[in-house]
Formats: sequence, structure tokens, C-alpha cells
Amino acid sequence: MNWFKETLSRVKRGKKVDQSLWVMCSGCKEIVYKKEVERNLKVCPKCGYHFRIGAWERINMLLDEGSVVERDGNLAPMDPLKFKDTKRYKDRIEDAQKKTGMKDAVVSVEGTIHGVSVQFVAFEFGFLGGSMGSVVGEKIARAAERSMEKREPLIIVSCSGGARMQESMLSLMQMAKTCAVVRRLSEAKVPFISILSDPTTGGVSASYALIADVVIAEPGALIGFAGPRVIEQTIGQKLPEGFQRAEYLLEHGFVDMIVERKHMKDIIYRIIKLLTGGSYVHSS
Amino acid sequence: MVKPLEFEREIYEIEKRIEELKSIGTGVQLDIDEEIRKLERKVKRKLIKLYRELTPWQRVQVARHPNRPYTLDYVKLMMNNFVEFRGDRRFADDRSIVAGFAEFDGMSVAVVGHQKGRGTKENIERNFGMPHPEGYRKALRVMKLAEKFGIPILTFVDTPGAYPGIGAEERGQAEAIGENLYEMINLKVPIVVSVIGEGGSGGALAISVGDRILMQENAIYAVISPEGCASILWRDSAKAPLAAEALKLTAQDLLKLGVIDEVVKEPIGGAHRNHQLAANILKRAVRRNLRELLNKSIDQLLEERFEKYRNIGVFSQE
Repeated sequence: MNWFKETLSRVKRGKKVDQSLWVMCSGCKEIVYKKEVERNLKVCPKCGYHFRIGAWERINMLLDEGSVVERDGNLAPMDPLKFKDTKRYKDRIEDAQKKTGMKDAVVSVEGTIHGVSVQFVAFEFGFLGGSMGSVVGEKIARAAERSMEKREPLIIVSCSGGARMQESMLSLMQMAKTCAVVRRLSEAKVPFISILSDPTTGGVSASYALIADVVIAEPGALIGFAGPRVIEQTIGQKLPEGFQRAEYLLEHGFVDMIVERKHMKDIIYRIIKLLTGGSYVHSS
Repeated sequence: MVKPLEFEREIYEIEKRIEELKSIGTGVQLDIDEEIRKLERKVKRKLIKLYRELTPWQRVQVARHPNRPYTLDYVKLMMNNFVEFRGDRRFADDRSIVAGFAEFDGMSVAVVGHQKGRGTKENIERNFGMPHPEGYRKALRVMKLAEKFGIPILTFVDTPGAYPGIGAEERGQAEAIGENLYEMINLKVPIVVSVIGEGGSGGALAISVGDRILMQENAIYAVISPEGCASILWRDSAKAPLAAEALKLTAQDLLKLGVIDEVVKEPIGGAHRNHQLAANILKRAVRRNLRELLNKSIDQLLEERFEKYRNIGVFSQE
């Protein structure tokens, strides 16, 4: 165990550790063995902190192996406003695409959960903070429409800072657009399950994410409308511990349940079974 | 006396001189009358030129002008017999949103709008036009009531944004906004939205899903305030003028992007210079749009409303 002690002492002395082997948990600030975290669905084995995960990791975790088919993978962002801040939006898109290997901030797939067919959308926070612009809104709308057509439940795992500033009003309107299709899905009586991971804020939380039939949060996820920093600046005081975390929302009645990553797939399956198992058919 | 906007200073100077000349006494000396008329023509010329060339950042200033007419001003100038309904029947009455019913163009309408205050005292009561969840829930309650009785809905948008505070989050600001979007898309009566000042992000959108989106020519509407955008993307809120340009937040830009349906003219020099005229122009636009919508069947209305939002967005698809 010499190597272990050595690593720990290097960390304590503020020296670099081999990041391919070790990772610091943002929850308990302990240095944990990376492989162990990965084996544990990217949850800290010491404190249960849920690390942020990518869209494909999420898909592989929740959908049956070999069942997944990507949809709308050809949709790509444009720059209708020719937006430029310190950097061009065009360049930001290109960088994000190179970094993630994705065209925009969500992946849309069809697949099965313990054999039940579902439409599934997962956010990639690594792509411009998982922000919702035209492509994200369109992919959610199309997934909801496929749900309606095929009568397969819609599941969206959100992980987003909110609307994408660089598409300005076109982004804001994606909030209305996603709510509009989700409304139709609801009228078609197909279940919509919204899973909130860390973080789900701004225009995503204030549109489809909190009005689903079932709202599930991951432990510790930051969920809210305004970001904590904006609130602190506005009210000029420090926010209480745990504010806007999943547990806080559960306590205040805005999420149905908090589910640990290792139980997520089973819970989704059980909920779909229950919600689609009604036996009393009123008017068609 | 309201402090003039920076770019309007010259005009205020001339207007001050006109006032001075008038106080000397009109009709006494013909040359004074002549001078006044000359200065008034000069003010008009300068205002027309100035307002034709406003930068986006200057428009932001006009949209936030403390003398600009607010929702209740338009209600008073455009409608009769307004009765305000208060409270969300859940938690509280949010005074930053007003809701109620009135007579407009010979029929009942429901009115929902953000309400800013004039002066510090009223602004604190109105929370500077920044709603809490109960404001959005009150708005929805009144809109549902309108739907039940087949009454068209007119909304007026003028908010810096939904309030970012502890209570707002605790009581579900995000859920309240989402719920309104989800319900408004399907309300079975015509909805005409007028953006009359600041369209501040989700807090504005939460009462702006409708069949026709009108926007006054000096109003703004954006996903984030220019200051907020500048502090995030430029890491410097003083870059707000640049952000205002980049965000394409003017009525003219948003008409081109297909986000709004119509730009409504304002009096020369902005709505704050002539409330009555601003209201008359807005009234005509709202009335014309509402009459068109009243001719549509409910199925057609809802289908067109859905399609309008379903089709917003720009992306490529190879």
C-alpha cells in the first residue's frame, strides 16, 4: 500500500496526482480511485455524491444493451443571429462539437428499458452547458411526437443551465415549443417522465422539466429557476445550505421522488408498468 | 421631474427654453410666439431623427423609461369598466401582476399584465414588476376563468424578469412559469399579447403565449437582460450595450426572426411622451387582431397557435 500512501501524501502536499487514476469527489472532497467511481455508476463510494455524466453514459446506464437506435442525429445548430461576444457563437459550436463529438447538447434515441420501448432524450452538459437552443427544442419536440405516434413513454434526462443565450429569443421560444408538444403528449395519454440531474435550471426547469407526469430528481441535483449566484447578488445575502437541491424540492413538493442512480432504471420501469396498467377505460 | 435619458438631453434643453419663453407670456409679443413655434418644430425634427436611429441599447433605455405607460395606464386609456381580481387562491396576491376583466371594443375581455410602479414606494409594492410564482398562478387563474366564460384574453408584457429570490424558488418559480406555458398553448379563447416595455425572459414569456404577439416599436424582448448577458459572456456588465446589440432584442429584429407578429408604432419620441396617443395606436392594433381571431373556429385557433410555436427555431438538417 506504499503507492496509496504516497498518493495521499502527494495530494496533501498539494502535488499533482495522476488524473487518469484518481479523482477528487466534489461532494466529500476526498480523493477516490477513478475505477471504483466508474464501477459505481459514477457515484462516490464514500459519500454517495452523484458525479455529472454525459448523454451517452446515461443512455448506456438506463437502456437495454443493444436496443438503442439514435434519432435526429443529423440536426445541427446554425447561427441565425450571427452572435458574437468575446468569441463567435460559430466557433463556440465548433469547439463544443470537437470536445463532445456531438452536434448539439442532446442525444435522442429509441430503445427499451427491461424490454419496454421508450423514446429517450439525454442532455450533454459538456456541450455549452447543456443549453437549450433551436436544436435541443426541436429534438425534444420530435421525440415527443414519436412518443405520441408509437404510444411509447417519453423520458427526458435534463442536465442544463437553461436557454442558450447565443440564440436569444429563438432559444426562449423553445420553452413554449417544448411545452406545446408535451401538452399534446399529455392529451394523447402517453406517460412523460422527467429526470432532473445536476443542474437543471433556467429555461429548462421553467418549461417542460417540472410539469411532467412524473418528476424524478437525482440526489443532490441543483434544480431551480434562477442560479444561486444571481439570487445572492439580488438579495445580498448568503443562501441557506441545501437551497435548490433535490432534497429541498422534494420537501417543498416539486418533485415526486429522489432516486439514486443505481435504482433509476428499475424505478422507471416500475412507473411505466403502473401508469400503463390502468384497466378502466373511459371515453376513447 | 424625471431625469432625461442621456441621448435626449439636447431635446430637454430646447424644451426647457420653450417653457421659459411660454412663462414670459404668449400673445404678448409676436416674436416670442414665432420663436416658440420654431423651437417646437426643431424638437419634432430632432425627435424623429433621433428615434429613427436609436441603437439597441438606447431602445433598452426607452423601454425602461420611468414615464413609459404601464399596463394599468393602457387599461385606463383603452378600456372601460375594469375590475381587478386579486390573489392566486394558494398563497398570496402578487402586485407585480395585475389581472381582471374589462370592456374593450364593446365586449368583455380578460386583462393580465405585469405592473411596474411609479416612484419608490409603489415600485416596492409592485416589486419593480418582477413576479413571484403566485403572480403567474393568479394570471393563470384569471385566464382559466376567461376560458370558462368564452372571454378573449389581452396580456401586457413589461417586466425585467421573474424575481430571483428565496421565496420565489421555494414556491416553485420554474414550475409556475412552465405551467403557464403548458396551459396557455391550449386556452380555448383568443389571446392577443402586447409587449409594451421590457420583455424579460421566462418571466415575460409566462404570460405571452398567444395567437398574436404585438410589440411596440421601442419595447424590447430577450432571453436575458443585456447586463446579465454581458456579465456572463463578457464577464463585465458594463458591456451591456454590446450585448443589447448581439441579442437582437428590438421589435424590428424580432419581426424578422418570426418571433413576433407585428410592430406597433409609438408617438414621435416614444410612448412616454404621449400616453393617450400611444394607447390609441395600440388599441387600434389590438382591436384589429382580436377581430380577426374572433372569426376563427376554436379548432383553427388552437391549431394555428400550436403550429406557430412548433415551428420556431433555426437549425440545419443534412
